[in-house]
Amino acid sequence: MDTTQIADAPPPAQPSAPEQKRAARGATRPGDRIFLGLSRGSGILLLVIMAAIAGFLTYRAVLAISEDDGNFLTTFEWNTGVNPPVFGIAVLAYGTIVSSVIAMIIAVPISVAIALFLTHYAPRRLRGPIAYVIDLLAAVPSIVYGLWGALVLVPHMSGLFGWLNDYLGWTGIFSWQGGAARSMLTVGILLAIMILPIITNVSREVFRQVPQMHEEAALALGATRWEVIRMAVIPFGRSGVISASMLGLGRALGETMAVATVLSPDFLIHTSLLDPGGGTFAQNIASKFSEATEFGRDALIASGLVLFVITLLVNGAARAIIARRKEYSGANA
Amino acid sequence: MKLQRMNRRALALGALAVSGALALTACGSDETGGNGNGGGSSNAAPSNVKCDDASGQVLADGSSAQKNAVDAWVKQFSAACKVEINYKAGGSGAGVTAFTQGQVPWAGSDSALKPEEVAASKKICKGGQGIDLPMVGGPIAVGYNVPGVDNLVLDAPTIAKIFDSKITNWNDPAIAKLNPDAKLPNLKIQAFHRSDESGTTDNFTKYLIATAKKDFPYEGGKAWQAKGGQSAPQSSGVAAQVKQTSGAIGYFELSYAKDGIKTVAIDTGAGKPVEATVDNATKAIADAKIVGTGKDLSLDLNYATKAEGAYPMVLVTYEIVCDKGNKADTLPAVKAFLRYAASEDGQKVLAENDYAPMPDDIIAKVRTTVESLS
Repeated sequence: MDTTQIADAPPPAQPSAPEQKRAARGATRPGDRIFLGLSRGSGILLLVIMAAIAGFLTYRAVLAISEDDGNFLTTFEWNTGVNPPVFGIAVLAYGTIVSSVIAMIIAVPISVAIALFLTHYAPRRLRGPIAYVIDLLAAVPSIVYGLWGALVLVPHMSGLFGWLNDYLGWTGIFSWQGGAARSMLTVGILLAIMILPIITNVSREVFRQVPQMHEEAALALGATRWEVIRMAVIPFGRSGVISASMLGLGRALGETMAVATVLSPDFLIHTSLLDPGGGTFAQNIASKFSEATEFGRDALIASGLVLFVITLLVNGAARAIIARRKEYSGANA
Repeated sequence: MKLQRMNRRALALGALAVSGALALTACGSDETGGNGNGGGSSNAAPSNVKCDDASGQVLADGSSAQKNAVDAWVKQFSAACKVEINYKAGGSGAGVTAFTQGQVPWAGSDSALKPEEVAASKKICKGGQGIDLPMVGGPIAVGYNVPGVDNLVLDAPTIAKIFDSKITNWNDPAIAKLNPDAKLPNLKIQAFHRSDESGTTDNFTKYLIATAKKDFPYEGGKAWQAKGGQSAPQSSGVAAQVKQTSGAIGYFELSYAKDGIKTVAIDTGAGKPVEATVDNATKAIADAKIVGTGKDLSLDLNYATKAEGAYPMVLVTYEIVCDKGNKADTLPAVKAFLRYAASEDGQKVLAENDYAPMPDDIIAKVRTTVESLS
């Protein structure tokens, strides 16, 4: 996922006039020229790599889609071994987006709360250890999350599912037939746990950058600690938190093994989030790849291309949001 | 100077100690190995393996269904011959692709080569083509988890309806009719199929299509097609779900039906319902016809068999090699290995690992074909 660049990119510094002059003069020196060449080369290399990936995906995808007997976008089936082959991404797109949205709804508020707790409420002695534990959470391999999900989380979800069915079953979204809890909601909860550390860490860094003056000014005006957070910290950190969330979303969209282990995939869209079924792009590729024929792989690559496009759209949207908010945030103060 | 000499002496002493220890442990492990296998067929196996001038390293890829069988063979075989065999079990599709691209001299597959794959193999096999050698049989067990029900009997139409979500409760009259003595609970059926593409699914649905076309109106193939039900990856995943879910039923290879998973006996129309065992699977494979032409020995299984004690829900995995034009550097090793696999000892190893040995007349043809590989 190339979402990293959103978070890592520092606000472009406006070089002052004398600096500019120095830079212009320095560009003639060999060291500067080499550095210019290196950085420009890296930039171009990145573009070439992205173009190569896009080109490869598009080429193989076109090969597969031209043979597809169904509609690639609307067919509820994935059957590349038969003649003529039928496959479509509707269920995968739905599942990928729904599971990621559930993960975001759960993870973002919790992450922001943890980050605020660590920067503004936690006793100094606790900050280090808690941050350390959250970092550890990010280091756990996703297949381990998958195993934990399948062996611990799924059996323990039945109670929650029963409760949701009793009180919210009438909505249709939370009705439950009593199957194993290998559903989109379980996957969303698991993904939320997986993306929690990255959102928390970046948010914490952002909240830490809030200028001391802002907070002290708010306190001087008689604000309580909550009001300081509401009026100084959160507005300042908003674009950073959005970036952090997009990083998390990127991971949730592309998560493979944990989803493949926990979900009970099928090619239907279920109105209920509690019924087992559905699927995601990455999970489908992982489970179909090993037995797929040459053509089957092309079809999987075509689905990968759609995920690629969705990720690009999400990144673009995130950039747009951040760009719009830039002037209101404290980053330029 | 002095220091150097001391170093050298120390080195020599160390080397002596290490080699001595090695020799000792080698003796020791030899002995325990002999004792452990004492009396078993595996003890005799290495002496029966004909190595010829086989040596070197062989890479192979293919069906994960026969992975445990190949591993058991390799263990015996490489004890006798100086051949290192590396079977990757990347799946039948991957295996056939690797074979037709010339990356491996031998592949394992759950289904026989398709015509276009045979055509592709002609590029690799100089003057010959890829052929299928049926070598490993496997009963596909239908495991279930229904509290209080021990000897469940089902027939093909009922299995088809259960897996197609037409029968959804364990106390359905269709099941009750087949199990007059059982106390069937009022419990929702949770049918599990494979979420990944698989030769097991292919053979399971082939069976249902051949015997209950009306109740299973799908084309079949490696991907599961019926709607509804739940799924899990790999045979191990399905078995694990059946084990932990009350009311579950699922299909997988017999070797996964351990740890207390009960399996369904099939009412084939024979006198008695047939249990899923390796012997019963071999009996069903004996009813198969060889449909391959030339040296190809691909089988057409008779799923509708009513022979006494023949368990019809079986899959056969093939070893795929070139009949002519095998690469000179791997041919002796591949030939010696397949000769061992098809031998009496090799087939006996199968039964010890929950696979079904090939029936006598089929394996006899496989042996002749293996000898003629060039």
